[in-house]
Amino acid sequence: MERRTIFAGWKLPMLLVAPQLVLTFVFFYWPALVAAYESLTRTDAFGIHVTFVGLANFRSLFADPLYRAAILRTVGFCAAVTALALGLGMVLAVAADRELRGRDLYRVLMIWPYAVAPAVSAVLWILLLNPQIGFVGRFLVTHGIRWDYALNGNQAMLMVVLASAWKQVSYNFIFVLAGLQSIPKAVIEAARMDGARGWYRFRTVVLPLLSPTLFFLIVVDLVYAAFDTFGTIWAMTEGGPAQATQTLVVKVYNDGVVNLDLGSSSAQSVVLMVGVVALTALQFRFLGRRSGA
Amino acid sequence: MRRTGNWLAHTVLILGALLFVLPIWLAFCAATLDPAAIDRGELSLIPRLGHLGSFWGVLAHGGPGVPPVWRMLVVSFGMALAIAVGKIVISILSAFAVVFFRFPLRRAAFWAIFVTLMLPVEVRIIPTYAVMGDLHMIDTFPGLAVPLIASATATLLFRQTFAAIPDELVEAARMDGAGPLRFLKDILIPVSAANLAALFVILFVYGWNQYLWPLVVATSPSLDTIVIGIVKMIGIDTSTEWNKVMATAVIALIPPVVVVVSMQRWFVRGLTEGEK
Repeated sequence: MERRTIFAGWKLPMLLVAPQLVLTFVFFYWPALVAAYESLTRTDAFGIHVTFVGLANFRSLFADPLYRAAILRTVGFCAAVTALALGLGMVLAVAADRELRGRDLYRVLMIWPYAVAPAVSAVLWILLLNPQIGFVGRFLVTHGIRWDYALNGNQAMLMVVLASAWKQVSYNFIFVLAGLQSIPKAVIEAARMDGARGWYRFRTVVLPLLSPTLFFLIVVDLVYAAFDTFGTIWAMTEGGPAQATQTLVVKVYNDGVVNLDLGSSSAQSVVLMVGVVALTALQFRFLGRRSGA
Repeated sequence: MRRTGNWLAHTVLILGALLFVLPIWLAFCAATLDPAAIDRGELSLIPRLGHLGSFWGVLAHGGPGVPPVWRMLVVSFGMALAIAVGKIVISILSAFAVVFFRFPLRRAAFWAIFVTLMLPVEVRIIPTYAVMGDLHMIDTFPGLAVPLIASATATLLFRQTFAAIPDELVEAARMDGAGPLRFLKDILIPVSAANLAALFVILFVYGWNQYLWPLVVATSPSLDTIVIGIVKMIGIDTSTEWNKVMATAVIALIPPVVVVVSMQRWFVRGLTEGEK
């Protein structure tokens, strides 16, 4: 979509776009090149000799069962967080779309958790689920359930999924509600007149009209779960017990910052960047098609 | 039929509200308890309103290993404001240039920015740290904020808003003899005020809630944000003073929640219009 009316001159616009371009090159492209370079080299234990090793870092990365496990774990974690956040967000949005008394208050109550920091949601969920001090965790323990996420990997995973999804529900709520409200009332009326009601009307009329919003939310939720949850996971489990909650980003941090294995950590960064760019391209293709239609 | 539907909707929404509010309420109550009582698992849903001392305590003196909370609030405010304002300024300028001008390499510039759309700082953490080292920005306040200013989301949002401005408006401004910068200041920015407000909310919250980047780039306690401080206060195993942790968590929640709730109308509209 190109404008017809524009301003003349090329020096001013180049000056205007310069700050963003400079920041983009310094903080995106330069680091990306550094990562690409380091992913192809290996530094000896004393940090003196750097040797070019080709794709060896990538080969050993993908041969590493721990890394493959981390990939699978991340996929499962992202899918669980997305399903929970989107599902709950949809249920709440459908309820809030009705003409209810106190509707505005309900909306505020659903929207504010958008402001909660991932690391803060971790603290809140520790207070709920910790087996010694947690409100729910202690209840479970005193009722004979062996609940201890510091020892049990599955329980730890459940806990980071809950805390991560909890924070993301409101984002999904906002978008699904906006999507529902953009459906023309006439369409719903027509479906009602044709005798489509309840769940059937929702499935055959509302859901197809919502599907672009839902696709968008799935991509956003997956990206959120993959990257923004570092604070949640690190504060609750630091990726443990025994890597049970170590997602790919946690592993990048752990290998790079804690264990100082730069070659492997950079190779992991490169893999993640390629993954994110692919997701972006997928979404852009889809969004492009939609705005073109 | 309709009535039972409404009744069901109320139930669902009340349960949802409880799901969101209860954890915070519990944290508030915990902040009023003795740490020893929390360690014994004696949490309750009734706060001891006469015991708000832990809030004043952490504000003035901080907790084990962290500076006073008021200091961390200053750092968090500074970081969130720098990110929000910085991002909005550079994005308005670049979107204005890309939409209202033709210049060499315009498409290349747009694509160079666009590719970074969803590349969060989390995936480029180690290499960005290396670059920051070369720039001598490690453990500095600009080091906290500047790398997070560079991103494409805001540029894309403004590009969409600007592209929707009718040609007649631009034409009229030109006939009145307004140059490009006048046009930007007197017409474009007022017209996009709602998007601007929405973007401010989104970016303020984004900046306030950062964890991984400050953790990596800033090590001196004087640069601790409040989010960093909270996690630091959870001792690895020994004696965490949970009342102080919870008081800090509640304080940390207040500014972004106030921003979101008070600007809710704009924020929701800008968010849902912008991303689609």
